[in-house]
Amino acid sequence: MFSQQSDTNAEQIDPDEIVNHFQGLDVSDGKGDNHLTPYSTPYSSRRPIPKFEIPKDGTPGETAYAMIKDELDLDGRPNLNLASFVDTYLEENAQKLMVENLSKNLADNDEYPAMLSMSERCVSILANLWSVQKGEKAIGTATTGSSEAIHLGGLAMKRRWQEHRRAAGKDTLSPNIVMGSNAQVALLKFARYFECEARVLPVSAKSKFRLDPELVKESIDENTIGVFVILGSTYTGHYEPVEEISRILDEYQERTGVDIPIHVDAASGGFVAPFTYAGAGGPKWNFQLPRVKSINASGHKYGLVTPGVGWIIWRDASYLPSHLIFELHYLGGTEQSFTLNFSRPGAQVIVQYYNLIHLGFAGYQEIMENCLSNARLLSKSLEATGWYVCLSDIHRPAPLSAAKQVVEGVAGKVREVVTSTAGSIRGQRDNEDQKDAQPSSETSAAYIAGLPVVSFKFTDEFKREYPHIKQETVSLLLRARQWIIPNYALPPNEEKTEILRVVIRESMSIDLLDRLVNDIVQVTETLMQNDEVDLSVLQKQQHRRRPVRKGGKEKHDKSLQLREGVKRMADGIHRSVC
Amino acid sequence: MVHLSAIPQDDSVDDQLVKAVKKVHLQLSNDEDNFTTSVYGSRFAAADLPRHEMPECEMPKEVAYRMIKDELSMDNNPMLNLASFVTTYMEEEAEKLMAESFSKNFIDYEEYPQSADIQNRCVSMIARLFHAPIPENGESAGAIGTSCVGSSEAIMLAVLAMKKRWKNQRIAAGKSTDRPNIVMSAAVQVCWEKAARYFEIEEKLVYCTEERYVIDPEETVNLVDENTIGICTILGTTYTGEYEDIKAVNDLLVKKGLDTPIHVDAASGGFVAPFVVPSLEWDFRLERVISINVSGHKYGLVYPGVGWVVWRGAEYLPKELVFNINYLGADQASFTLNFSKGASQVIGQYYQLIRLGKHGYRAIMSNLTRTADYLSDSLEALGFVIMSKKSGEGLPLVAFRLAPTESGEERNYDEFALAHQLRVRGWVVPAYTMAPNTKNLKMLRVVVREDFTRNRCDGLITDIKSCQALLNDMDRESIKKQQEFIHKYHTASGKASHNHPKYRKEKHSLQGKTGKTHAAC
Repeated sequence: MFSQQSDTNAEQIDPDEIVNHFQGLDVSDGKGDNHLTPYSTPYSSRRPIPKFEIPKDGTPGETAYAMIKDELDLDGRPNLNLASFVDTYLEENAQKLMVENLSKNLADNDEYPAMLSMSERCVSILANLWSVQKGEKAIGTATTGSSEAIHLGGLAMKRRWQEHRRAAGKDTLSPNIVMGSNAQVALLKFARYFECEARVLPVSAKSKFRLDPELVKESIDENTIGVFVILGSTYTGHYEPVEEISRILDEYQERTGVDIPIHVDAASGGFVAPFTYAGAGGPKWNFQLPRVKSINASGHKYGLVTPGVGWIIWRDASYLPSHLIFELHYLGGTEQSFTLNFSRPGAQVIVQYYNLIHLGFAGYQEIMENCLSNARLLSKSLEATGWYVCLSDIHRPAPLSAAKQVVEGVAGKVREVVTSTAGSIRGQRDNEDQKDAQPSSETSAAYIAGLPVVSFKFTDEFKREYPHIKQETVSLLLRARQWIIPNYALPPNEEKTEILRVVIRESMSIDLLDRLVNDIVQVTETLMQNDEVDLSVLQKQQHRRRPVRKGGKEKHDKSLQLREGVKRMADGIHRSVC
Repeated sequence: MVHLSAIPQDDSVDDQLVKAVKKVHLQLSNDEDNFTTSVYGSRFAAADLPRHEMPECEMPKEVAYRMIKDELSMDNNPMLNLASFVTTYMEEEAEKLMAESFSKNFIDYEEYPQSADIQNRCVSMIARLFHAPIPENGESAGAIGTSCVGSSEAIMLAVLAMKKRWKNQRIAAGKSTDRPNIVMSAAVQVCWEKAARYFEIEEKLVYCTEERYVIDPEETVNLVDENTIGICTILGTTYTGEYEDIKAVNDLLVKKGLDTPIHVDAASGGFVAPFVVPSLEWDFRLERVISINVSGHKYGLVYPGVGWVVWRGAEYLPKELVFNINYLGADQASFTLNFSKGASQVIGQYYQLIRLGKHGYRAIMSNLTRTADYLSDSLEALGFVIMSKKSGEGLPLVAFRLAPTESGEERNYDEFALAHQLRVRGWVVPAYTMAPNTKNLKMLRVVVREDFTRNRCDGLITDIKSCQALLNDMDRESIKKQQEFIHKYHTASGKASHNHPKYRKEKHSLQGKTGKTHAAC
């Protein structure tokens, strides 16, 4: 009753109206503008910063800088955003290179030949990293991100399929493409924009929430232009079984003669699997499989570059129909272009090259192993509470070495903290025998391969005992402590299961991790100590967090028009931001 | 309140120290890798940088930085690049803002809400600059728009929207949707050809003539049929910078009662025309114009990586193209081809918009127009034929070609030779072959950008004069030899070895078919 009333009261207050009202009272004429410091100008208090129309007159550079910088303070802290794979840390030298090359246009090859040559070297290095085969002439390009790369990879597959069909005198009316429902939104966009039927296969607990090879068998036909296989599902970090799917397609070709290519979307995994001891978990995933025709990866994820660079490589030029390539003549020279963007920044490519030669294989290996080790530590700590269970598998021993349960020393330490702060419902697990921890010289080889991602949910016992606690409340309360840990529903078919997901990036050190475990434990305890009525307040807040403002001036925000109210997190299709 | 901190006792401090020291002594290594003098004293300076395979081991960060920086000094001087519209100068404050935002992922609205809000403000400002219809209070349909990586992405999105809308209309009317086509000028930028090719739309081209470098409105409208998804018109062609007569196309469509939509490719002109010739009607003031794109990184005065596209209303952007991304409980509508990208450029755009204001943009664009006029007049006096418009009737660029000789004889050199000669002096002034059906008309083009001052303009004129004098003195044979040498050794693309032989000499594009040059933008 009380909460309802306060709710309606809050609804009647329009903060914009109040601000406008009081600004209307201001009678100063705005003359005698003082530009001594940014905060002595009219923008500091009397006049709002222009939001909807270019102001008639400008403002000094220092003022514009200070106003925008202060406003950007309201953005989140990149380092505490555990929802995203996108890199947020740059070494100082890399930062310097970025600034120095800010004005360089990647499309202007004639003007910036040195930058172009670095881009080529990156392509070459990555092709070798992904085991390009001798005798094949790999070809690749830098993109703005994996989305562009996926569009290009899909388009090449579609055009090749069309050429084959036309050559065989068959129709090209209904192409289709196969992917798991855990696919990132870019894969669906490709299907929609380039008019292919998307055969989105449901995932299940049995298939480890990834593309199910059994279902692939049933969904392919002569109109299948290709299969998107994801190396590193964004939901749980599992690698999809590329080799198994390749074998299924081999069998299909033997039976029917239809040759279906694979594009590997290694947006996150392309820079993880090659470096870690666990690899992709044993089976092959890259160009070692003849059926894998193209691979894409994001330089701005585990490639350790800030946003704006991705890569795509085809194993051989014959898989890239020449009809799609445009030659650009420029000052008598020639440039070949297969991109969706044209002019764009090139600094990210330079930093990618810097990372590749500065870190070397050993450096990348160390960083990726560290990420995985921290992810294991978090997973084990969460499971040790007894409240949470992980859907990701990277902390579980690989089947071969299952006998040996290794627990890091630090994990033991964190567990002690956990044990001392939370005492109530755990107990089933026997922690004692795990305590004689070994020093952490172990590698990821002993564990199931995957991305350094921890996806976790309440255990069944916890849900039984505290049915009123919603998982999204954990996410909300952690946000108050500045952590961003999203709560998603799993892809369709499994959407009843919600997961909290933490992506461990290079900048997530063990020190921060310690704080995170503490905060998760504290937040959960707080929830356990409150009853249903208290918590219902939080539920309401959740919906009101981003109010849809009314009034003429907001009409240009397209998201406001196109969405029908803010949905609950459990509704609709969930596409994680990556 | 100040936090209390315990001061560690002496012995505990010592304890650790001693332990650590012992360890270090035990592990002392004498790696040969260590460089002691400077970066150039290290073994890395004596070896080639890795090109094809990742090195096994690390490289010190100072060395990696220096090696890459040194290598990048082989790039040309952006200030002397007169071929490109892309911004090469920004104020220090803007650079600082952008550097501080490198790590922000623009697509991550929930994490960086303020950056997203700043985009909305930019869209709003640009839409209003283009006279987008602003609905009265309470109405829901208004203009919508989004930021892109550049005009190419913007154009792809606009074409997709037009195609989908056409398709939906055709399906509703029970007609076939097999053969969509789009009407555009043969002088379009290559991304229009790409969009048509990649989205499988037939191109219907309006050709230029020797005298007319823009579309003819009559001819354009006559090409329209029931399968036309839209008409592309260009505000400032990349060749001569001339504005196409969008109003005439619009009026003809209205007169004939056709509801074919018009998209205006204002990649370069969108930030020039509203300031220099505000009375020119080319934007949403014309009823058939449904979408406009503009490059922020051209005359929007931001470093590369930002473009904008605005639609007149939500009904022109079919719903099925927009993906809703559910993230932490907030649905975000997204219509892009790219996903994760940096937020710096959008922030840079907002800085420029509020920093300069209309007054500032007008001052800069006016100066550019003046410089372009001055350059046109000077070149005319040197005997060149000016192909571009003056005094704000087109973009601030100068397109010119050699005049036929008085005696009617053929010259020993052409525009490409002059371009090569200027290259030796450091200037990048591109030579192009014009759009098809203009009898292989060749031309040179100078783009006047913000940082091209009157002083530098004088330097260019002096060099053109001396290069021309030199070429006049040389005979045909030696010019040819010298051209080959310059092309091979002085231009980057002449040296390029990365292009795959399979794709050489493609024959499918306008360039492959007709010899038209895809101009750089």
